[in-house]
Amino acid sequence: MDPSKIYAIFIRQFFLIKNNPTRLANTFLWLVIDVTEWGFISKYLATLGYATFGYVSVILGAVILMQFMTRIQQGIMAFFLEDIWTQNFINYFASPLKVSEYVAGLILSSIATAIIGFMIMIGIAGLAFGYNLFEIGFLLLPFMTVLFIFGMAVGIFVAGVIFRFGPSAEWAGWPIPIVLSLFSGVFYPISTLPTFMRAFAALLPSSYVFESMRGMIAGQLSGQSLVLNLGIAGVLAAVYFFAAYWFFVRIYRYNLKHGTIARFNSEEL
Amino acid sequence: MPGETILKVKNIVKNYDAKIAVAGVSFEIKAGEVVGLLGQNGAGKTTIINMILGILEPTEGSIEILGENTKNHREKTAAKMNFAAVYAHLPANLTVYQNLYVSGLLYSVKNLKSKIEKLLKEYDLETFANTNSGLLSSGESSRLNLAKSTINDPRLLLLDEPTASLDPSISRIIRERIKKYAKENDAAVLWTSHNMREIEAVCDKIIFLSRGLVIMQGDPKTLPQERGQKDLEELFIKIAREAPSA
Repeated sequence: MDPSKIYAIFIRQFFLIKNNPTRLANTFLWLVIDVTEWGFISKYLATLGYATFGYVSVILGAVILMQFMTRIQQGIMAFFLEDIWTQNFINYFASPLKVSEYVAGLILSSIATAIIGFMIMIGIAGLAFGYNLFEIGFLLLPFMTVLFIFGMAVGIFVAGVIFRFGPSAEWAGWPIPIVLSLFSGVFYPISTLPTFMRAFAALLPSSYVFESMRGMIAGQLSGQSLVLNLGIAGVLAAVYFFAAYWFFVRIYRYNLKHGTIARFNSEEL
Repeated sequence: MPGETILKVKNIVKNYDAKIAVAGVSFEIKAGEVVGLLGQNGAGKTTIINMILGILEPTEGSIEILGENTKNHREKTAAKMNFAAVYAHLPANLTVYQNLYVSGLLYSVKNLKSKIEKLLKEYDLETFANTNSGLLSSGESSRLNLAKSTINDPRLLLLDEPTASLDPSISRIIRERIKKYAKENDAAVLWTSHNMREIEAVCDKIIFLSRGLVIMQGDPKTLPQERGQKDLEELFIKIAREAPSA
């Protein structure tokens, strides 16, 4: 992979934000609202007096990590959509750019926005609610790594779906974080779910992260279970990532055969 | 090297299910040559250009650029060519400079900043460097596309109706510049246009397509007389009227 070409994809997205800073509001405003709202909800729940653990630690921590994963997924999708809206694929794929470099550029762009978003959330949680996510300790790193890889996998998969079915398929991408949060146990233990939903939750790397985090804070998770959970989550996330990339490459090849790249715009698909 | 074969198209076919867009086309372009690809709408010109660019896979046949197959060496062959097409715009929400900068990175252009300065001057775009490309007039936009198309000093330049939105004065300047570019860089140019006077002025050879097949090729200055027509425009009209509609 050529770093210059990956940088080309990244800098194109940076230029978009530089030329129109209102895009920042769309990227970060929801994070601010989400963390602030859940911060107040957690604070209120903590005053009810039923807590056997810190609501703020469990809920706000989970919200920040879920939003981090969502930013990665939606970042990839939104940057991909920019290329659809500007009919830019002909310029990219007629150049020496490889598909892997294009995807790497999208990932790099979404990492940048996700890290900035993460720092904003950490700042609000600390300043407004006195919560420090880093109190989770070194385990924060594997938790975030799993969510990062899974977020990339979902983002690439959704981009592939849009690449195949056109911009009208973008509706599929926006509600995905809500669906994932339902099955990932962001706000409640997986045991709360009915049996059939638990089976689906077991397939999501994110569910192992949030279960582990909750168990760890409540002091109900052994070191062995934690390692096992992280191992399963890591393997699942890696499998989904490679599967999503394989899917995207297949769609690219399909489009090469059908001539879609040259005339990829909303009017024709 | 003069006389060197830059582009070799060998019996390419493109089918979309039952529809045949290109039905077995072969031709070559040598260094320094400007070749016109002509035909009525739907004749297969853009399909052929897209296959050469590597954004459309031929159903059959092969394409070689400087002896290398575009299918097996996509990145290597893509680095040796570039294009400007009336239907392919650079992102409207980036400035002229930013678009050239991103394009230069995609083609790994060395000394990119000085190359961009040179192109801005050459294509009279200096005053628009910081203007969003979407705000350019169609003529300015065509000049930007042409500037981008030579950013990597390609040995093969594919131009699909490059002067469609330009006034006659700018068109003439652009034609002369492209011709000069081909001679100075030993580059080959494949040019499509519906402006027959332009084709006569700029092309060393023409290839007539009809319904995805090459039906005639030769020198644009002598071919009309050989076929009993007054000029290239008359020849084009005769061919278009004889061909069943696609």
